[in-house]
This record gives sequence, C-alpha cells and structure tokens, in this order.
Amino acid sequence: MQFTHFSDFISMGGYGFYVWLSFGATALLLTLLVIDSKAGHKRIINHIAQHKRREDKLRKSREQRKKAAKTDDSAAG
Amino acid sequence: MWKWLHPYANPEVSYHLTNKLLPWFSYLAAIFLSIGLVWALLFAPADYQQGDSFRIFYVHVPAASLSMGIYVSMAIAAFSSLVWQVRLADASAAAMAPVGAAFTAIALITGSAWGKPMWGTWWIWDARLTSELILLFLYLGVIALHSAFEDKNLAGKAAGILTLVGVINIPIIKYSVEWWNTLHQGSTVSKLGKPSMSLDMLWPFIFCFIGFSLLVGVIICLRFRNEILARNSIRPWVRELVEQKTQ
Amino acid sequence: MTLATSTPNNKDNNLLPMSKQLSYRRAFSLVLKRDLTIALRHRDDIINPLLFFVIVITLFPLGIGPEANTLSRIAPGIIWVAALLATLLSLDRLFKADFTDGSLEQMLLSPHPIFILVLAKITAHWLITGLPLILMAPLLAVLLHLDENSYGALIITLFLGTPVLSLLGAIGVALTVGIKKGGVLLSLLVLPLYIPVLIFATSAIDTAALGLPYSGQLAIIAALFFGSLTLAPFAVGAALKVSTN
Repeated sequence: MQFTHFSDFISMGGYGFYVWLSFGATALLLTLLVIDSKAGHKRIINHIAQHKRREDKLRKSREQRKKAAKTDDSAAG
Repeated sequence: MWKWLHPYANPEVSYHLTNKLLPWFSYLAAIFLSIGLVWALLFAPADYQQGDSFRIFYVHVPAASLSMGIYVSMAIAAFSSLVWQVRLADASAAAMAPVGAAFTAIALITGSAWGKPMWGTWWIWDARLTSELILLFLYLGVIALHSAFEDKNLAGKAAGILTLVGVINIPIIKYSVEWWNTLHQGSTVSKLGKPSMSLDMLWPFIFCFIGFSLLVGVIICLRFRNEILARNSIRPWVRELVEQKTQ
Repeated sequence: MTLATSTPNNKDNNLLPMSKQLSYRRAFSLVLKRDLTIALRHRDDIINPLLFFVIVITLFPLGIGPEANTLSRIAPGIIWVAALLATLLSLDRLFKADFTDGSLEQMLLSPHPIFILVLAKITAHWLITGLPLILMAPLLAVLLHLDENSYGALIITLFLGTPVLSLLGAIGVALTVGIKKGGVLLSLLVLPLYIPVLIFATSAIDTAALGLPYSGQLAIIAALFFGSLTLAPFAVGAALKVSTN
C-alpha cells in the first residue's frame, strides 16, 4: 500500500486532479460505450419485432380482404 | 487448410459463438481490470521523477496501443470483406469502429491530462499526439460513412475502402508530422521514451493491458452481435430469436 | 458506348459497333475531352472555386492585421489551406452530374478498364480547378508579401501537390456520390488525408524562404503524387462500384 491516509490517495501527491480526470474520463467513456452496445441489442430486437408485427398485420388484412372479396363474389353469384 | 474457418462465416453460428464467448470475456476482463487497476492505483510505487502522475500511464499506454491495434484489425477485416467477400467481416469492422474511436479519445484525454503536469501544457503539436488526433478523425469518418448509407452491406464496403486508404495514410501522416516537427521545433519536448520499468510497475501494467484488451473483446462481441442481427433481420433464425426474446 | 456518342467529335461514332477496339490512350483522351467540353459549357464551375480561393486569402490580412512580417510568415500556410478548401469545394462536381444522369453507370459498364476512365476524369478535374489555382497563386502571394525566394517553391509544390488533392479527393467523392447530403461528410473523409501534402508543401516553401535546399520535401511530394497516381484510381473504381451499386 503506497498511501497511509485516504486523503493522500485522493490527492495523489498533488496530481490528484490529473490522475482522477484521466481515470474518470476513461471510466465514463467505456461505461457509456458498454451501455450503448447493450441497449443496441434490445433496440435492434424491438425494431425487428415491430417490423414483424407490421408485416403480420399487413398479411392478415390482405387475407381478410381476399376473404371478403370471395364472400362478396359468392353472395353476388 | 482454412476449412475449419468456413462454418464461422455463417452468421447464425457466429452469433451463438459470440454469445458463448461473451461471459468468459466479461468475467476475465472484470478480474484482470480490477486486479490491475487496484494494483496500479494503490500498490504500484510512484515514479521517482513523475511522482503519482505516473499512474496515468496504466490507462494511457494500453488505450493508445489498443487504438492502433483496433484500426489494424479493422483494416484486416475490411480487406477480407472486399477481397474474399466475407459478409461477416463487414459486421466486425462496423463493430470495431466505435470502440477504436473511444479508445483513441481516451488516449488523447489521458495523454493531455498527463502532459499538463509534466510538460506544462495540455497539448503539443508533437508527432505522436498529432497522428493520434488524425487517427481519431479517420475513425469518425469511418463511423460517419457507416451511418450515411441505408444499406448496411453498401455501408460496409464503402467504409472498408476508406479504412484501407487510411491504413496507407497513417504511416505517411506519422512520418510527415515527425519530420515537420524536427524542422520547426528542433528537439521535441516528448521525453516519453520508455523508462526502464521496474517489475513492481511492469506487473500492474501487464494486468491493466490484458484487462483493457479483454474489455475491448467484450464490447466488440456486444456490438458484433447487434450488427449480425441488424444485417440478417429477415432470416428465419433471427425471427425465431426475436420471438423468444420478446415473449 | 456513351463514351463514343457523347463526344462532340463525329468521327468517333464510326467506332461505335467495335468500341472494344479503342486503345487505352484513345479512351483516356475521349473521356478527358468530354469532361473538358462539359466544364467549358458551365463556366461557373471553374470560376466559383477560384473566387472562393481569392476571397478566403483576402480575409486573412483583414483578420490578422496588415503587418508584412506576420503575413509573409504565414503566407505559405494560408495559400495552401485555401487551395485545399477550394479543391474540396470543387470536388463535388467530379462525379455528381454523371451519377445523376446515369452516364457514370454506363461508364462503369463499358469494356474499358475503370482505371483509365477514372484517371481521365481526375485529370480533367485537375485541369479545370488545379491549374487556374496555380496560375492565380503568385498574384495572391504578392498580396501576402511572400518571401521572394519562395515563389519557385510555391509554384512547384502546387504543381506536384494539387494533383494529389484531386486524386485523393476523388476517392472521397466516389464514396459519397450516392449519398444525398454527402457534402459535409466528404470534407470529414478527405481533409485528414490531405494533411501530408499540406505539411510537406508548406515546409518546402518555408525552407526556400530561408534560402536552403528544399529538394527533400519536393521528393516526398513527388512520391505522394506518384503513389496516389497509381493507387487512387483503383480505390476510386472500387468506391464507384459501391456507390452505383
């Protein structure tokens, strides 16, 4: 252990500001990057799910319309 | 000879492999980084000249060398995507670019935070600093090009060409700046030349370096996974996966 | 085919059915002539970057102050940075019009190597933008009190350097030509690549001002020129294939 007191550890022999600035900036940037990458996974899955739901809806309405057209035809005939 | 590699060109196989690798990388990164950082901050001796500001070294040097290493691997991925048409190589290059940019930014920030107490200034137009700054610009250009195209495959190809042009340019830029400086400033202030390190400084450094490399692995895996999903969104296996996840 | 039909020269139409027989030199000169003709019809495209070059350079003495010593110290840098920006401004028209009217795609489909066609287009671009810039530069150097020893170096570096700007810039344009708002992106991609030319050119001019030999810097700019001359057209061709998809 290089430091006897906690305050020594914080002041880093007078270089505290610079040392903690660099460690803090590193931690901040890397945490943001990890969070963004993790959120990206959820974002993409939700996006694909949404897309799929829209496709399903379109398909369903198309089928319904077809069915409706058929019943109309049979009613007319 | 290279046949064993072929299954990994399949996105589904790669996706599951990445998922399996991810926890290993994460645990190892956590172990190495916590040991390395605690050692570096608490137990490593202060430098006899630079005092405790030397502790910045344990972040700065890994970040700087990783920033260049990631660019080289991105270029290799770009090359294999352009030459052998490996689609997944595009995905990995796209995953690497933001990570590389982040590490370049970290190297620059920690470098100037170290330079202020040691050289008395936040910034010098020194060869290393300038080429690192240009490396950041190249990364940002690659990222911008990736996001400018709607079609991910086209984006990957365009960014790949830019990456390869950048690879040729990096050494040219580096030497041009070095020469420019020696012409204008005489000897540079950079006294960064490796101090012959003692073992109790070297060990924490090795732990930090391995830890940061593993962390790069973790983030690239995370992003690579996303890129695979985004590029294969209409494939049945992705659809199945999405259904499982959203239910 | 477009190559043959779009030239004003009627004799070339005879070559239409057997355009495969066009020699490399012929294909090169056809594309070059075509691009020059088009450019001469739109004179604004030549004059506007040049005006930009002049205006940017006149802004500096107004902003920094008219002391001759300061100006002559920073003159090489100003002239070169203005040249970079003027080239950047004119790059957009290198492929844009051809891309929108589809003739670029035809060009890529033609049986001639893309290398030759791209090189011809870049040469035309340099003749239209780089050459007037070089002719204009000594005049502006006078306004900036450039050291008298430096004029030769200024002209030679511009002669060797501006083609490099056109060649490297063409890569950036080829990558962004298919994107709607490619203008800002283009500068982000291209300017970092211009840095070596800027450094060596200004350093050559500075060295010349001191009366020292500057052949070393010239040799490196020449190396950059020949390097980009051989490699850039390949990258441009690959990039155009991506952009036209």
